[in-house]
Amino acid sequence: MTTALREDFREILRLTPPGARVLDVGCGEGDLLDLLARERGVDGQGLEISAEGVAACLARGLAVVQGDADRDLDSFPTRAFDMAILSKTLQQMRDPRHVVSELLRIADRAVVSFPNFGHWRVRWALLARGRMPETRTLPNPWWSTPNIHLCTLHDFLALTDDLGLAIESCAALSEGRPARPIDPRSVLENWRAEAAVFVLRRGG
Amino acid sequence: MKAPSPAPAPAQDGIESGGGVWRFPADRPLRLDSGATLSPLEVAYRTYGTLNADRSNAVLVMHALTGDQYLASTHPVTGKPGWWTRVVGRGLPLDPDRFFIICANVLGGCMGTTGPGSTDPATGAPWGLSFPVITIADMVRAQAMLVEALGIETLFAVVGASMGGMQALQWAADYPERIFSAVCIAGAARHSAQNIAFHEVGRAAIMADPDWRGGAYEAAGVRPEKGLAVARMAAHITYLSEAALQRKFGRELQRDGLSWGFETDFQVESYLRHQGASFVDRFDANSYLYITRALDYFDLAAAYDGQLAGAFARARDVRFCVLSFSSDWLYSTAESRHVVRALNAAGCRASFVEIETDKGHDAIFLDEPALDSALRGFLASAAEKRGLA
Repeated sequence: MTTALREDFREILRLTPPGARVLDVGCGEGDLLDLLARERGVDGQGLEISAEGVAACLARGLAVVQGDADRDLDSFPTRAFDMAILSKTLQQMRDPRHVVSELLRIADRAVVSFPNFGHWRVRWALLARGRMPETRTLPNPWWSTPNIHLCTLHDFLALTDDLGLAIESCAALSEGRPARPIDPRSVLENWRAEAAVFVLRRGG
Repeated sequence: MKAPSPAPAPAQDGIESGGGVWRFPADRPLRLDSGATLSPLEVAYRTYGTLNADRSNAVLVMHALTGDQYLASTHPVTGKPGWWTRVVGRGLPLDPDRFFIICANVLGGCMGTTGPGSTDPATGAPWGLSFPVITIADMVRAQAMLVEALGIETLFAVVGASMGGMQALQWAADYPERIFSAVCIAGAARHSAQNIAFHEVGRAAIMADPDWRGGAYEAAGVRPEKGLAVARMAAHITYLSEAALQRKFGRELQRDGLSWGFETDFQVESYLRHQGASFVDRFDANSYLYITRALDYFDLAAAYDGQLAGAFARARDVRFCVLSFSSDWLYSTAESRHVVRALNAAGCRASFVEIETDKGHDAIFLDEPALDSALRGFLASAAEKRGLA
């Protein structure tokens, strides 16, 4: 875990203030919540769709509710959390627009990371081979991928503009390399970033 | 406060540490939701483990409709092991080496706590149908009186399944400051029309038995065993999933060939008849009426303008664990989700998981490792937060 810390986890850890009240949407087996609890003393709550994931979280003492982000976020009260995290899950949501807007109703800040479908390898796979891309960040063939709503950095920017959200920061993520702060509006970064993590706020 | 009497029974199978019947004096009546008062109140209970020096390790376990205080001790009537020896015991999620575990017979019950079979002090005869109608909140109020009498200000946990789970939620609504955590297994925040309907079948069966005698059967020296057995048979179907019934019995016959009559041809018939017949040895018909009524009246949101979250508004510091079983159609996962959404809305710290099983509601008592590990994980982390070794 400490040796193979996911780059987005490292970045989210950096962004998390000590003692924050955190909601991790799609928390899996609770690796991130556990890390944030140990390193930042956060008051964490998870939401996870799989029973196996929730059971693993319970066994490590995390407060996690089995549920579906598409359907169950609306049960959380407004501004109940300091921070809501959606780590590499956005592209698996049925209604990403609703989920993002819910995150920023529930929490003051949202941390959202996702693979960039504008990355040059993705574009190359389509342009040169005429095939759906299979890359490090998108390893599954089209017929078995859980990713149903992929987007590019600029697509996501358009969504945040549409929802009237402010971007506090953005960093490009690449496996095995530290997160690199970027301007997500840059045309070049929309080619370069394999994945990105956004910190969003309401308004502005 | 009077000491419990009779004196605590000697520990019979290792982990039982005490118990008896707590008699509250007449000047400490139980005030009921109906407006009536009940006095004197007696509460029968059993304990396991020992209360630590700062009285912080007490767990109240609340039983289901037809359960009792023999949580992990041999049952005095049936001679069978306690009803939750899978969960309560050394090395198990509720470990008496770590926790002081209390289990009390529910108000209205028939194993020593005041109920319709108790003596009405006004007449010297059994209460029968003159016993006041009780609610889940009344049951919890009686438990709270016992817990206080035992010198415990804050329970580390209230843990209940089925009706016990409903009581756990009621505890969180009524006494949030007296509990550190709450576990609701296969419970609900209200009784559905279907739940009420099945209970009505059971009550109708009891009342249709000529030996019921309008509830005054004890004075007549009879018992409505046939009616109570039918009530149990109908209820027992709701405890099992269709898949479990099919797996256990299918269309298997009791003997070669059909009887071409109304003998118990099918194994499932024999099983249900056995369930009914053995139940009447240990349960009282009027208790069954009163407790099922209390369940039917249960709607935790009702006192909060129908907003369940309101019931948990004062319970933000309580740690909740809600568990359901995928094949439970009596108190289904949908009911548990309804509770969890209200907990979320109230800003409570909640964990919830639906346990995948084909065993139905009965999975509470059966070999279900996922239940054990969820309970163990939740209780262990809560104990750590509570500073329990």
